Amino acid sequence: MSESILNVKNLQVEFKSGSIITRAVNGVSFALNKNENIGIVGESGSGKSVTATSILRLIPSSSAKITGGEIILNGRDLLKLSNREMRKVRGNEISMIFQDPSTSLNPVFTVGNQLIETIRAHKKLTKKEAKQRAIELLELVGIPAPEKRINMYPHEFSGGMRQRVMIAIALACDPKILIADEPTTALDVTVQAQILNLMKDLQEKLDMSIIMITHDLGVVWEMCDQILVMYAGRVVESAKVEDLYHNPLHPYTWGLLESQITESQDSHAPLASIPGSPPDLSYEIKGCPFVDRCPYAQDICHNEAPKLIEPTEGHAVACHFQTETEKLERRENAYINGDTIRS
Amino acid sequence: MKRFLFRRILQLIPTLFIVAIIVFFITRMLPGNPAAVMLGPQASAEDIAAYSEQLGLNEPLHRQFFDYLGNLVKFDFGNSLSYNQPIADLIMERFPNTVILAISALIIAVIIGVPAGILAAKKQNTFLDYFITTFSLVGVSMPIFWLGVMLALYFSVNLGWLPSTGMGSLDNGLWDFLSHLILPSIALATIPTAQFARIIRSSMLETISHDYIKTARSKGLREFIVINKHALKNALTPLLTVMGLQFSNLLGGAVLTETIFSWPGMGLLIVNAIEKRDFVVVQNTVIFIAVIYVVINLIVDVLYKVVNPKINLDSDKGGA
Ligand SMILES: Nc1ncnc2c1ncn2[C@@H]1O[C@H](COP(=O)(O)OP(=O)(O)OP(=O)(O)O)[C@@H](O)[C@H]1O
Ligand code: SF4
Ligand SMILES: [Mg+2]
Repeated sequence: MSESILNVKNLQVEFKSGSIITRAVNGVSFALNKNENIGIVGESGSGKSVTATSILRLIPSSSAKITGGEIILNGRDLLKLSNREMRKVRGNEISMIFQDPSTSLNPVFTVGNQLIETIRAHKKLTKKEAKQRAIELLELVGIPAPEKRINMYPHEFSGGMRQRVMIAIALACDPKILIADEPTTALDVTVQAQILNLMKDLQEKLDMSIIMITHDLGVVWEMCDQILVMYAGRVVESAKVEDLYHNPLHPYTWGLLESQITESQDSHAPLASIPGSPPDLSYEIKGCPFVDRCPYAQDICHNEAPKLIEPTEGHAVACHFQTETEKLERRENAYINGDTIRS
Repeated sequence: MKRFLFRRILQLIPTLFIVAIIVFFITRMLPGNPAAVMLGPQASAEDIAAYSEQLGLNEPLHRQFFDYLGNLVKFDFGNSLSYNQPIADLIMERFPNTVILAISALIIAVIIGVPAGILAAKKQNTFLDYFITTFSLVGVSMPIFWLGVMLALYFSVNLGWLPSTGMGSLDNGLWDFLSHLILPSIALATIPTAQFARIIRSSMLETISHDYIKTARSKGLREFIVINKHALKNALTPLLTVMGLQFSNLLGGAVLTETIFSWPGMGLLIVNAIEKRDFVVVQNTVIFIAVIYVVINLIVDVLYKVVNPKINLDSDKGGA
């Protein structure tokens, strides 16, 4: 069995605005294995980014709060660390890159400055050594003429190059985990593939694990070992990528797969071709959160929340109907309704 | 950069021309014959008439105006009759005093206003924030004349700690110099301090919400660096704008403050010259101040470039 390096257990995150409490993440659990990548998918607002930023404890402290759970990294619960200890984790053991490289780099400092300060925040290097390391990093992520580029400002780079710079910054201290929150969404289609290839290369070269948040299931098939399907702040299905691909269990996942097929032309398309919209997270949800949109919903779905169960080893799903006959029935219906899901 | 400077210097010409027109005609609208005012109440009507003739006051207004413009073009500031010395000397004697007062007020404003603004933004919606916000609101609406008089009354008349008039000299020791500077600087610094605090607070709040701040935190940087390096440098642009405006205001001579504390600067010079109807002094001092305004604004625009590398001064979009 592969060894897990990060364990998120029953994570709960709430946003508070006045008297309204939004449960953005509601009991998310997953394990990230060494040298493996996990993909997190789910439509907009399902809590992917909040889950990811909570791992680094970077959610806005004024409005959001982690109200429960554990995040275990190397035997330590990150939620119990002091701010100082947490700083040593950020950018050093776990790094993060964001969606839009044109806003995630600071416009008023050179890329060299932003790289070097990261290196020096965690490693005892002289300015000169850090600069040398920065040049190597830029080279590593495929930026030509790094000795010159290091003195340039972010606006002098193209979108793809900026994301490479972000990756260089994230990798500055050899983190074991890289969290990538839709790292290619803001880029041109041609550049997207280059960035993904780069990430894949580096992941193998540097022995790290990636948490890849994406709207694009293609990216998951391509890069990830595990997949986590999120809906309304919960995990509704999680599995090895092949298992989910061949045998998706949750009706929401079916919808996702289907929308991916019909809209595969445009990888920017949201995964929301499933009719209806997710529930308002500021209300208590009594039954299954997907009930309003689920074609197979029964009475029990309205009244009882389905638990995350593991019908087969390593493949978990939160839906009431998981016996073989029930599944068959529903799959058949799905084929009739949607012609084919996949063949 | 060269093109930028060239363009700005060209722009200076119409600005100065307009200023010249305005101040010329405003001074002519003042009541009282300058010759009569200067010669004093004992002067006879003939003396006044003769003196008016000598001053060129009997010429038609447009002639007077063009003579004045002609002299300006030649950089000839002329002589002050009431002070009996060249106006250029007069300005050069007073201007450094104004600079000293302005710089010390600006230093106070930066040292107090900027950290207060940062703190208020960092502690948004806490008691500290409300405290700073309220104080800066009071500060920007403070009547300086009243504040100056109160400071003078309390610290020099009541307590006797500090002198309330005139300027000290370093020849009499550092304390003589500083003690004269303290009260007028505080009076003059009040509004800019409050203004800086407000500007920095709001631009910091705006900056802190940007993605690159999250990036900075995600890299494991200390909060002190995140705020005072990553956020602050981005928040400086609006501060630079008001700082430039305030500084050129201060250099123009803080008329009220200089009058209350009898500080021998440009402001007091203008007030005295108006009292004496010494038009030439008023006109040329104002022109000089206008030039200073433009120069400071130019420096501020160049500083924008330092703070924000995206700004290209030579393009038409830049510098705004
Ligand atoms: N700053 C915030 N203030 C209040 N609520 C927030 C905030 N950020 C997120 N939320 C809540 O958390 C929920 C999950 O948001 P999150 O950003 O994690 O979604 P996501 O899955 O990343 O979506 P997307 O695909 O659009 O990035 C949102 O529906 C919203 O209700
Ligand atoms: S629990 Fe019911 S409503 Fe929820 S996904 Fe399963 S069948 Fe649909
Ligand atoms: Mg997101």
